[in-house]
Amino acid sequence: MKLHTLLTGAVMASLVAAPAAADLVLPDLSYRTGPYAAGGIPFSDGYQDYFSLLNARDGGIGGEPVRIVECETGYNTEKGVECYESTKGEGALVYQPLSTGITYQLIPKAEADGIPIHTMGYGRTAVKNGEVFNWAFNFPANYWDAASVIVNYLKDENDGDLNGKNIALVYHNSAYGKEPIPTLESLAESEGFTLDLLAVDHPGQEQTSQWLQIRRSRPDYVLMWGWGVMNQVAIQEAANIRYPMENFIGNWWAGAEHDVTPAGAGANGYKSLNMTKVASDFPVLDDIKTMVHDEGNAAGDGSNVGSVLYIRGMYAAMLAAESIAKAQEIHGESDITPAMMRDGMEALEITEARMAELGMSGIGPEFSVSCENHGGPGMGVMQQWDASSGTWTSLTGFMDSDTSVTDPLVVAASKAYADENGVTAACL
Amino acid sequence: MLYREAGDFKTSYSLDNQTFPLKLDRIVFYLTLAVAFLVVPLVINDYWASAILVPFLIYAIAAIGLNILTGYCGQVSLGTGGFMAVGAYACYKLMTAFPDVSILLHIVGAGFVTMVVCTVFGLPSLRIKGFYLAVATLAAQFFLVWLFNKVPWFYNNNASGQISAPERTVFGVPLTGPNTEAWAMYLVCLTFCVASAFIARNLTRGSLGRRWMAIRDMDIAAEIIGVNPLTAKLSAFALSGFFVGISGALFFSVYLGAAEVGESFGIDKSFLVLFMIIIGGLGSIFGCFAGAAFLVVLPVVLKFIGVDILGWAPDLVAHLRLVIVGGLIMFFLIKEPHGLAQLWRVMKEKLRLWPFPH
Repeated sequence: MKLHTLLTGAVMASLVAAPAAADLVLPDLSYRTGPYAAGGIPFSDGYQDYFSLLNARDGGIGGEPVRIVECETGYNTEKGVECYESTKGEGALVYQPLSTGITYQLIPKAEADGIPIHTMGYGRTAVKNGEVFNWAFNFPANYWDAASVIVNYLKDENDGDLNGKNIALVYHNSAYGKEPIPTLESLAESEGFTLDLLAVDHPGQEQTSQWLQIRRSRPDYVLMWGWGVMNQVAIQEAANIRYPMENFIGNWWAGAEHDVTPAGAGANGYKSLNMTKVASDFPVLDDIKTMVHDEGNAAGDGSNVGSVLYIRGMYAAMLAAESIAKAQEIHGESDITPAMMRDGMEALEITEARMAELGMSGIGPEFSVSCENHGGPGMGVMQQWDASSGTWTSLTGFMDSDTSVTDPLVVAASKAYADENGVTAACL
Repeated sequence: MLYREAGDFKTSYSLDNQTFPLKLDRIVFYLTLAVAFLVVPLVINDYWASAILVPFLIYAIAAIGLNILTGYCGQVSLGTGGFMAVGAYACYKLMTAFPDVSILLHIVGAGFVTMVVCTVFGLPSLRIKGFYLAVATLAAQFFLVWLFNKVPWFYNNNASGQISAPERTVFGVPLTGPNTEAWAMYLVCLTFCVASAFIARNLTRGSLGRRWMAIRDMDIAAEIIGVNPLTAKLSAFALSGFFVGISGALFFSVYLGAAEVGESFGIDKSFLVLFMIIIGGLGSIFGCFAGAAFLVVLPVVLKFIGVDILGWAPDLVAHLRLVIVGGLIMFFLIKEPHGLAQLWRVMKEKLRLWPFPH
């Protein structure tokens, strides 16, 4: 107890002494350790490298340098909360925790503290309703869009009829994996397919029984909501039971290079969604290589440039940077506050011309954010793995989700949240 | 010289049997309490509450619970995470079912619910012991986590399977939910922690504690001198469950605000609390605090030194932390198997004689 109080005093004194810096602070709640590190590392590298590029090339955003504060969460909610509390005092503009569990924790805290949260393609889907969730954003797409896009794709494959088909969902047994279930259940009812739910417990290394069940029931399609080591194991198990890979479809967090390479040739033909364009030849990557990596400022070991999740991290950074620029434009100040950042995010507009100007033409769909819609257009690309060349190829362009299915669910879920927490729906 | 009992006369049995027989100990204890209750709430901020003090206090309660069972009664348990989950879910169900009742009562209520569950899972301890009991409690851990994932009633049919604590106030001050002030979180946890330590300390000094220790030291001998193993073991499970349940309820409602059973109350939690009592000291209330402080504060201090002062990469520090904590656990097991509490006792013995050890 005494030792503890001493330590407390010592560290407290040194924290108070830390100076307040006047730049744009962006915390990066990354995870480079633990069972989810394979996904966390490239995303964080892409996120940080893009801001390093802006600092090196343009001197920051609107003349203000960007300062990244990295904090290791290990995909663990307790550490995520600790990271949030330790970084929010530095003037953090936006949080991107890359974890649905941490997002659930942070949404009410960040709302109370007045700091925006951006959960791109993950987190709490109901956040799309910006009238209830004023401070949280999940553009350009969310889990329910992903579920709907996959079903739309399967419908196209089957001449518009999924009647009598059997679809199995292999999901991470957490808030993340359970998110798409209401949408899939409602789609199963309207489209006439049957849905089997197979939960995989954290961290996902043990899936023998689930795949034994799939081997027995031979569903027409297997969908996967997986992350981290779970993806690699599932793809290996599917290859082991010789499940036809082209009928095995992951969501956009289950479709990166490191998920499929361990299974070797067995993973050939595996499909997954992607929320960005399937390419690794964006001109911006050359800038990152010459102006960030060659200068020795690469985040991580610099080996991930161009990988699926690196591109996605970079895309997330681009959306944040554009929001900052928008906020600076609205308020006419370069040193913005989190509240101004929120206004910038709500007024964000991404056009093809702007994306081409940034050297990432067609990386994502064109969209604009509004108070009513914090969720963007909800589009996804279907991609397929080619094991011999070791590349993803896109099978479709950006496909629409069925908003007639997802919108009523968003309204119902956000209304339930508002009732439970006494929120009055209104724009800020 | 500094720390001695000369002149400290005891004139009655109750004085002789008090928890802190030495005057200096008593002064330090009351000073610590005064600082904890009167000074810390004035200076605490969000970071200090959420990153260090609140988890420390909550883990200390859990460690007290496990120490009663393992340290005092000798029944190894690997189900602490599962029992904390029982406390958390009981608190959630009570909070949402009776929104008008005080949250403090719900937390105590969650303790009683866990008490019942823990007693039921303690029944096998009457037949099996040692490794086999560890495996039985491990089964409890996995069963409870599975149950809270499987049955939607426990999380009020919420689509995400998460439980989240709605805002509840005591005398108009929010204790749960996002608007909770750091000092309120801290004070409620401190109150529960001090109360738990007080109850546990006095129970273990009384006849119940002596029965537990008799069972721990040799169950057959204890039975021969008239200790009923049924009541002794089950009461240890019950009281252990009560404290672990309270810690689980606080962990979910006050500290995290939202929880997912597999992630927040997994097998890691069971091992973490077990490490706390092993490092702190089996069979010692002080050891619960020492162990909890060690395992909660050490990672934060390492991170602070590594990332903020030395400027190392966060992942390097995270990996180093695993190495250092693991190394220290081994060091303690080899050099001081009775934990920090024994180290403290030895130091006190030396101080009594200092500076004339002969």
